[in-house]
Amino acid sequence: MTTPVDADHDPYSAAVPLKTPLHDAHVALGARMVPFAGYLMPVQYEGILAEHAHCRAAAGLFDVSHMGQATLRGPDHQTVARALEALIPADILGLEPGRQRYSQLLNERGGILDDLMVHRAHGAEGTLGLVVNAACKVADYAHIAARLPDGVLLEIHEERALLALQGPEAVNVLVSLGADVAGWDFMDVGSASIAGIPAFLSRSGYTGEDGFEISVHADTVAGLWEILLRDPRVRPIGLGARDSLRLEGGLCLYGHDIDETTTPVEAGLLWSIQKRRREEGGFPGADIVRSQIAEGVARKRVGIRPDGRAPARDGAEIVDENGYAIGVVTSGGFGPTVGGPVAIGYVAAVHARPGTRVGLMVRGKVLPAEIVSLPFVPARFHRAPK
Amino acid sequence: MTKYYTEEHEWIAVAGKIATLGITDYAQAQLGDVVFVEVPTVGRKVKKGEETAVVESVKAASEVYSPVTGTVVETNEPLANSPITVNEDPEGAGWFCRIELSDPAELEVLMDEAAYKAFVEGL
Repeated sequence: MTTPVDADHDPYSAAVPLKTPLHDAHVALGARMVPFAGYLMPVQYEGILAEHAHCRAAAGLFDVSHMGQATLRGPDHQTVARALEALIPADILGLEPGRQRYSQLLNERGGILDDLMVHRAHGAEGTLGLVVNAACKVADYAHIAARLPDGVLLEIHEERALLALQGPEAVNVLVSLGADVAGWDFMDVGSASIAGIPAFLSRSGYTGEDGFEISVHADTVAGLWEILLRDPRVRPIGLGARDSLRLEGGLCLYGHDIDETTTPVEAGLLWSIQKRRREEGGFPGADIVRSQIAEGVARKRVGIRPDGRAPARDGAEIVDENGYAIGVVTSGGFGPTVGGPVAIGYVAAVHARPGTRVGLMVRGKVLPAEIVSLPFVPARFHRAPK
Repeated sequence: MTKYYTEEHEWIAVAGKIATLGITDYAQAQLGDVVFVEVPTVGRKVKKGEETAVVESVKAASEVYSPVTGTVVETNEPLANSPITVNEDPEGAGWFCRIELSDPAELEVLMDEAAYKAFVEGL
């Protein structure tokens, strides 16, 4: 048998992987640790299927301290927002205090250098919080810092750790620990105390479930981790189930479903470019992105359901009914909630309509499959009635 | 019946000229939750060291090599609907296929249970 190569394994990992402040806690829980994005991270504890199911049914706790947390700081919101808008296509000027937005750092061709979260905290005029991917953070910081106007600074928060608590019980768990977050809407951000530990939270995540990302000082994260795991509704979840959850949620994994060669329009992320930015442009690659909006794209990101039980993995060629190559799978595997294989990939736009029959090349054979709408599992983000 | 093991974590149990092939308990633990198994077609001739089955876990696909040369005479049909059997009973009900040996001398280089146990402990 070949030694399984983990899909999350990162060949660019540092020779000596970094550890998050929770490393010893993961090992104590019996986690299988793997190198990922330069860190030694837990890929699973009890098993991916059980962890995935638990997160969808109750609450899953993830250590995402390897991700990058930073703050842009300037004299006022307008100045800082304009500085960031020069690098990303989202409307940040119009971002209200206490709110967060998803966006992408773009290159001059409209290609995605990284995807990120941007928040504007209450009572912190002239600052914007950023959360970026672990594998990209060093390059992101250099890219951003080199392009900031005078008077705007990038602060990197190496002293912060990050947890994600995801699933239908996440809000109840936090409320039971004294965090006043029950009234928060999806993508709201703010400070709260969890069992006496000061934290900065956003009602967001990357599993398709309701949940929170929780930023705390690295010195307090082990204590918070332990307190959260004392609640029987909460179980630790590794990178393996994080990947299967986000795949079922139809969410892009940087380096797989999006990268420097894909634009937000091809990736189906147009919803993250608000109207004013589409009209005004003023972000890297705006000409290309706006022409793709106006004229359409040659290829699109789609969902794919193989007919049988065999999964198709990242890199599998997608063919049409005559056997001609029309695209490639960028994420693929088994969807535990779906109960079968699921995949994300890019196909020529003429083949992107849901219901289109395609084939996936797996081990030299054509696996019949169908283009479907994303996500595979409906999102359960907490959106308050308007 | 004699059981043999490979360094690639396959086992075969030999009774007469028929060898039953599977992966070891160590291998299934490394793979994690098995979600799909591709077994060879009956009648296929396999060579020693040739890819004979594929085990897909949630995260990755792993090839299973035949430790012997021969002809596939039977496959484990129920695995198609319950691939998790490979995790639950890897060295029993989780077998993949039965191969009629064409060169029993190939067995001589394989490890016995004690040698495999020592090999795994050294990993």
